[in-house]
Amino acid sequence: MTGATVIVVGGGVTGLSAAWWLARSGVDVLVLDKGIVGWEASGRNGGGASHYHSPLFHEEQRLWPLMDEMLGYSTEYRRERVVFATNALHHEQYQRMAQMCRAIGYRVDDLDPAQVREFVPLAGDNVVSGIHLRFGGQANPQRTVQAYAWALQDLGGQIRQHAPVTRILTAGGKVTGVETARGAFACDHLVVAAGPQGEALLVQVGARLPLAPARAEMIVTEPAPLMPVGGADGNGLYGRQTLRGNLAYGGGPHEWMDVGPDGPARRPSTPLLRNLSRRVAELLPKAAHLRVIRSWAGVVENTPDGRPVIDRLDDPGNLTVATMSGVGFGLSPATGHAIRDLVLDGRCAFADLDKLSIKRFAGLPEDWREAAGWVATTHAEAIAALAG
Amino acid sequence: MRSDRPVTTRGFDPKAQAGKVPAPDRRVEVLVIGAGPAGVAAALEARARGAQVLLIDENPVSAGLMGLDLPLYFGGRYTGAVQAKARMMEQVFAANPVLETAFEAGVEIELGVYCWGAWVPGAGLASLPEPLAGLADEERSWMVGFRRLIVATGARDVAFSFKGWDQPGVMGARALRALLDTYDAFSGRKLAILGSGELALRTARLALDRGLDVVALIEVDDAVQGPSDLLIPGLEILTGHAPVRAVGGIAGVERLTVRDLATGAERTLDCDTVVQAIAVTPTIELLDVLGADLAMQPALGGHAPVSPDGLSTSLVEVSIAGSVAGVPGGLGIDPLAYQEAWMRALMAITDDSVVVCQCEDVTREALLAVRQPSYLGPPSPAMAARDLGQLLDDGPANQDQIKRLTRACMGPCQARRCREQVALILACASNEPVSRVPLAGYRAPVRPLPLSVLAAWDEDPVMAGHWDVWFGIKGQWTPYADIGTDREALYDGLFGGDMHL
Repeated sequence: MTGATVIVVGGGVTGLSAAWWLARSGVDVLVLDKGIVGWEASGRNGGGASHYHSPLFHEEQRLWPLMDEMLGYSTEYRRERVVFATNALHHEQYQRMAQMCRAIGYRVDDLDPAQVREFVPLAGDNVVSGIHLRFGGQANPQRTVQAYAWALQDLGGQIRQHAPVTRILTAGGKVTGVETARGAFACDHLVVAAGPQGEALLVQVGARLPLAPARAEMIVTEPAPLMPVGGADGNGLYGRQTLRGNLAYGGGPHEWMDVGPDGPARRPSTPLLRNLSRRVAELLPKAAHLRVIRSWAGVVENTPDGRPVIDRLDDPGNLTVATMSGVGFGLSPATGHAIRDLVLDGRCAFADLDKLSIKRFAGLPEDWREAAGWVATTHAEAIAALAG
Repeated sequence: MRSDRPVTTRGFDPKAQAGKVPAPDRRVEVLVIGAGPAGVAAALEARARGAQVLLIDENPVSAGLMGLDLPLYFGGRYTGAVQAKARMMEQVFAANPVLETAFEAGVEIELGVYCWGAWVPGAGLASLPEPLAGLADEERSWMVGFRRLIVATGARDVAFSFKGWDQPGVMGARALRALLDTYDAFSGRKLAILGSGELALRTARLALDRGLDVVALIEVDDAVQGPSDLLIPGLEILTGHAPVRAVGGIAGVERLTVRDLATGAERTLDCDTVVQAIAVTPTIELLDVLGADLAMQPALGGHAPVSPDGLSTSLVEVSIAGSVAGVPGGLGIDPLAYQEAWMRALMAITDDSVVVCQCEDVTREALLAVRQPSYLGPPSPAMAARDLGQLLDDGPANQDQIKRLTRACMGPCQARRCREQVALILACASNEPVSRVPLAGYRAPVRPLPLSVLAAWDEDPVMAGHWDVWFGIKGQWTPYADIGTDREALYDGLFGGDMHL
């Protein structure tokens, strides 16, 4: 049986970053993906890189400005973000966000409407105020995923695409390898970073990773002239201006669904694009004439508390699991580093991850998704619930 | 179901999409997209059975969309008449006499209306209350509910790149027919036609009937492809030839240089229009958005709906009529093999600096090198060492993956000009039949429409009331240090649904 010292299940940003970090430490590593690298939510997201609530935030901020150099490929990373309000409520909420960031030692400047329009020339006369995060930023998810994959290969790491993992092989209380549609592979340590598919895989080793997948969607316009700050948020939207100039924005309702071992059956984007179009036109009135040329939908796996799991199991002790619950892309440089530490050293050297342990879900009822309403719901069921 | 025991209380997530998709602005029993012969016939048939029928057609499309070569490959060779929407509306109606018949039969007809998306409840879309189509004109968009949708969107031109193909005057055969028949707005006089199959021969016949000059047909194969009964006496067909470059001025093409593939001898033809009449492909974009089963069907001209009878689709609410079901290449002709032969010939005689994706300015060379776009500046050494071959080592050519890296097919024309030829180039470069290249997916809106037009200005208050930047999961954004402390409650409602990361 061929294999590698470490096998990573899942060629999304988290798995690829982990593999790249391991390869940087000289570990022989193999990434297995059910399809093409970055095909799911890793390549279909807003590209934000400013997760100030996370224990990995400092490492995220340290690494992003270095990533192009470290990887050897462009991620299209751009520094800083401007979040701006078009009403009084948003003004108050954004001020609280600014305070939260300042409290952990990061610089945030208050902007008046004219300053907002300087950084974000597509903004209009409806601006009330803004905050300028002098940290964080955004990158191109699709290019970043490929950059990780290529950088991994440049270090001698292997990637097998179109090789969905069907079974985790164990012997004597340890993982010995995996079975895939393209044969079995042996390993000394297994990293499961398989998105929504992670839950069913971990069941095989008696571990509980409760996940609820949901679809989230974004729209993309034709290019506009580059703004001084591309990461411009507000009005209930997350998104960015790409380096090409396109505006890519998402936000609003998601749709819960079930995902089988082969991934989502479909990733439709929906009439929600009309609501997104309205909000982008309100946030950036000078862009209202831009044509919408695409939409995306990504399927995101969520844990019951919406927080990541990054953990090395007690049993089997040579299995590390990561699921990021919606913040995988931006944190990926730091997550990969943390997983490398867990695999090689048994603990993360640069951040406390205790509260992201899989153990916190031990007592969760079997029907937690139904109880939360995190299941596919029809219009009629929802109308009844809204009325009740 | 995830659990065998009964669920005591089923919760409800007010932040999810279910319950927020508004009722459509109107409902019809049968909605027909496309007022070509097949669409009108389908509308009349439904009307004869007593159904209430709305028939829409995007023609006359706005001059802006025609400039992007949507829905057909117009190549800029049209008169200013297309700017006058009201006049064009009359022209389009008058040019299609069966519309009058349909109107008299009680079919409701809306011209100049785009269908930019359509959905039926199903996998991943349980929240959809009913089948819906998104329509728009130049000013606004609206939603229409339907019981049955008949997609009669026809077929569109397949373009091939050679030097100078990106200037006014290079266009598709379907576009020429539309400009002559539907719009009465064709501005060219002297045509060179690429291809010699049935499509090319019928295009030549049409042009001659309208008093235009046809200087020659150009065919890469050594034999004329079309049936002999369509041959036109006196019309020159240059077999074993391929276009090398179109040369022109500010008003577009003035000459086309063609090369004898056997001898290398070149010849220059005086012409103001080069009509690409090599291939057309079913216009399946709406069917892909709907989630109808599609499959590569070489005999039908490419990716086409899976349909046992040429009428039904995998979706009970959706049927098809006309060329969207498939465009056979003619007796004994494999349309895809013919397209591959054309691409191989063009790749052999034109250098790789030819632009393939006009919107994003991606050359064939950049495509084969998987080169990063020029706005990223010079590539890193590692990037410069990458090429398509290495990507193919990791798995079969996938157009969606390569477009993310090179930006080919990512522009405002939504890849109508380059989608098929990028697939052909990838196939030729990897020595695979193009039928092995997976379909690059279509997404709504399938027409590029302004934010202000698509916007739901009359949004349902339920949507606004529960809107959240992300999923609205309680406690998700609590700072790590405060998780599990008595500070945790502080964050409830602190940011509303407006936490930005």
